[in-house]
Amino acid sequence: MDQTSIASKVAEQFAGKIVSSGEYAGQSFITINPPQLVEILIWLKSEQDLKFDRLMDIGGVDLIDHPSEPDHRFEVVYQLLSFEYRHRFRIKVAVKDDTVPVPSLWTMWGMANWMEREVFDLFGIHFEGHPNMRRILCHEDFEGHALRKDYPIDKRQTLSRPVASIMTEKQEWA
Amino acid sequence: MSVGNTPELVTDKLTLNIGPSHPITHGTLRIQVQLDGETIERAACEIGYLHRGFEKQAENCFYQQVIPFAERLNYMGPVHNSNAWCYAVEQLLGIEAPPRAQAIRVVTSELARIMDHTVCLGTNLVDLGALTNFWYLYGYREKINELFEELCGARMMVNYPRIGGVMEDIPEGWLEKVKEVMTEMDVVISEVKGLVAKNRIFLDRTRGVGVITKEQAISWGITGPTLRACGLDYDIRKQNPYWGYEQYDFEVPVYNNGDTNDRMMIRFDEMEQSRRIILQAADKMPDGLFVSDDTRISLPEKDKVYNTMEGLISHFKLIMHGIPVDAGEVYSVTEGGNGELGFYIVSDGGPNAYRVRVRPPCFANYSVFPHIIVGSQVADIAAALGSINIIAGELDR
Repeated sequence: MDQTSIASKVAEQFAGKIVSSGEYAGQSFITINPPQLVEILIWLKSEQDLKFDRLMDIGGVDLIDHPSEPDHRFEVVYQLLSFEYRHRFRIKVAVKDDTVPVPSLWTMWGMANWMEREVFDLFGIHFEGHPNMRRILCHEDFEGHALRKDYPIDKRQTLSRPVASIMTEKQEWA
Repeated sequence: MSVGNTPELVTDKLTLNIGPSHPITHGTLRIQVQLDGETIERAACEIGYLHRGFEKQAENCFYQQVIPFAERLNYMGPVHNSNAWCYAVEQLLGIEAPPRAQAIRVVTSELARIMDHTVCLGTNLVDLGALTNFWYLYGYREKINELFEELCGARMMVNYPRIGGVMEDIPEGWLEKVKEVMTEMDVVISEVKGLVAKNRIFLDRTRGVGVITKEQAISWGITGPTLRACGLDYDIRKQNPYWGYEQYDFEVPVYNNGDTNDRMMIRFDEMEQSRRIILQAADKMPDGLFVSDDTRISLPEKDKVYNTMEGLISHFKLIMHGIPVDAGEVYSVTEGGNGELGFYIVSDGGPNAYRVRVRPPCFANYSVFPHIIVGSQVADIAAALGSINIIAGELDR
């Protein structure tokens, strides 16, 4: 199914719950609010002619300098893939600021564990229900969030303290 | 001491750090394991030692200035990353590279895949104690490095692809040399495979070690040879062809056990298939432009820059103001040496990207690692880690 028809199918099913939608270069996406995320993804995963069973990527975007000036500061972008039908789709979650949590997908897809940690590390967006919300690429003592637009590109922080234990409380959280 | 004393023997759990600088990691990774005797009870991984802010840097450069940075992502097969970056920007621009440029990209990317697999297999076999294979495989890789040197002057970080095509046309007689190097591959594959495929030590060390199940592979977003070793047939070159991959006749090897042995054997088969693709592409190499002739996207020839007003203006505009890109966003995927390499680019209409997100195959592939080594022995870490082929450059970006 092409992405335009997927977008209209989702829009039909979740009328009123979608913030906005768009299309560029043959790729469609919809933007939703955090509380609807899990519901929509479960539907996308189970719907017979969509079957988006694979989550490929989670990334953040800081829109503070973007010329379109949306109401929300951040977006969390989910790239989905259907193993059976080989089609792709993009879901964006509008996050007003860093006080608004986004539901974690850790129980649905194992890969969300590290990907969400990375978004938290670089943008400071919190994921609710994530068992191990620690920094992943930057050091524990790092101050600020490096991929936010207000973090200067030439700012340097000297961090050399080794982290003694990286073990998580439970093995499945690693 | 009598045997009867053994049950009273008190043993402590031992916590062992491997890395961040350890020969088996081939990069900078840290693995911490809790051991009960030789058996791994708990494991955790720490990454970020090679984090150098690629995404931030890419947001502060013109689109064409990102090309050399992109090559440093997967430094085992560098040219594929820059090819993929140029392809992503082309999608954002809504253009397609000329057929000749696409065929050159196929040849260079497949050469990069062979380089990636030779390094992966060579170093992994060294970890398992088989040094001879390393020399065979690196000796062969050297020949591919020489091909790149003749193509553009650089051996590894070639900086050869350009948005809209490639930097310059392939030199005369180069394709013949590529074919020659490809025919020599038989010797390498049969010799190296002959040394390990039925070797008792190799089989004992790799069979049933670090098994990734189908369910795990889907849940953890595994891609590339690691996914196909689990019995799942997914290759972007087949499923969503780009650069004209649909016109080449090749197979996607799939193995079923998902263990270290399958992950290594599948790489031999993939090299074989890459060779088939390269030979076909070299035979069918179309004539025509090697880079788009749109003066807003690609630099004009030097002759035009020095002798015509239009040439000088477009050269100046491209260097000073960059490529004009409309506001929009695109998620572009290609099949890299280790799996799905995705670039998510958000443009606000400026000369540099507003946001660049790299979906590195290694990040997802590595996140399953602490779960697959629990229950195995310490020595199995080396075997399993090498076969997933974690490249710290793209893992940490």
